[in-house]
Amino acid sequence: MMFKARIHTSLKKSVLDPQGQTTLHALESLGFKEAKGLRIGKYFELALEAADRKKAEASIHAMCDKLLHNPVIEEYSFEIQESPS
Amino acid sequence: MKAAVIVFPGSNCDTDCFHALRDVVKVPVEYVWHKSQDLPKVDLVVIPGGFSYGDYLRTGAIARFSPVMESVIKHANDGRAVIGICNGFQILLESGLLPGAMLRNKTLEFICKHTWIRTEENLTIFTGQMEPGETLCVPIAHGEGNYYCDDDTLKSLHDNSQVVFRYSSEEGKLGEEFNPNGSRDHIAGIVNKKKNVLGMMPHPERSSEDILGSSDGRKIFESILTALE
Repeated sequence: MMFKARIHTSLKKSVLDPQGQTTLHALESLGFKEAKGLRIGKYFELALEAADRKKAEASIHAMCDKLLHNPVIEEYSFEIQESPS
Repeated sequence: MKAAVIVFPGSNCDTDCFHALRDVVKVPVEYVWHKSQDLPKVDLVVIPGGFSYGDYLRTGAIARFSPVMESVIKHANDGRAVIGICNGFQILLESGLLPGAMLRNKTLEFICKHTWIRTEENLTIFTGQMEPGETLCVPIAHGEGNYYCDDDTLKSLHDNSQVVFRYSSEEGKLGEEFNPNGSRDHIAGIVNKKKNVLGMMPHPERSSEDILGSSDGRKIFESILTALE
């Protein structure tokens, strides 16, 4: 089965995000006073093949742990859906 | 003593490191391409600065899985010397040989300038030629040198005397104004617990001869040479 995963990584809440803060300030100075917080992360679109959804999820966890995120500073989350092969 | 300089696609301080070792401190040195599975018989491995794999994903994240890195990790685990400079430091962090991670510089700018660093520990093979507290003028050139680790790791770094260099004034004073990148606790360089692996953001190879504006970095190479000869 083919799956499509959307994986997000971002800095942990405990880690300062200077890029996010600077962008938030830029929004504020453009007049978007309603903007109250902003954190920047990365977005991955992954196509993968797996026997079933459970196996697909397990291999995404493995990929995130080994390479896609750095557990010292980042956390990750993902959504997964079956895609027509 | 013999040394090897690892070359990744995107390394750009490899020839400077090679020159500093061969021509300045007169150590036999050879290049090792990152695809190599094995290391030659050397005492010191240098992971040079640059932009390995274009800094894709995270700095050092892809280089860390280059074939040669398995041998480098084995070399380090056997207790032999490794020094990672700038991108080399980032690769050592990603590989888990050193604790912590690098964040984008606090100012978001790429910073290329001479900085003063204070020698915190001289009981390592990398710093034996300096006095504790001695300051060195060594340039930095990086966009992601903002060292980060959690509180427990920081405590353990200090408890085990692993913080080797901190950004300071010329006189050795610590302060935010002397910390170029927002690095936690002004950290510029650390060693592992066994003290045979050093990672540092400043470039000693770019400050090993007077013609470069400072020859202070040479003391680091001379320390290694003295310790390993």
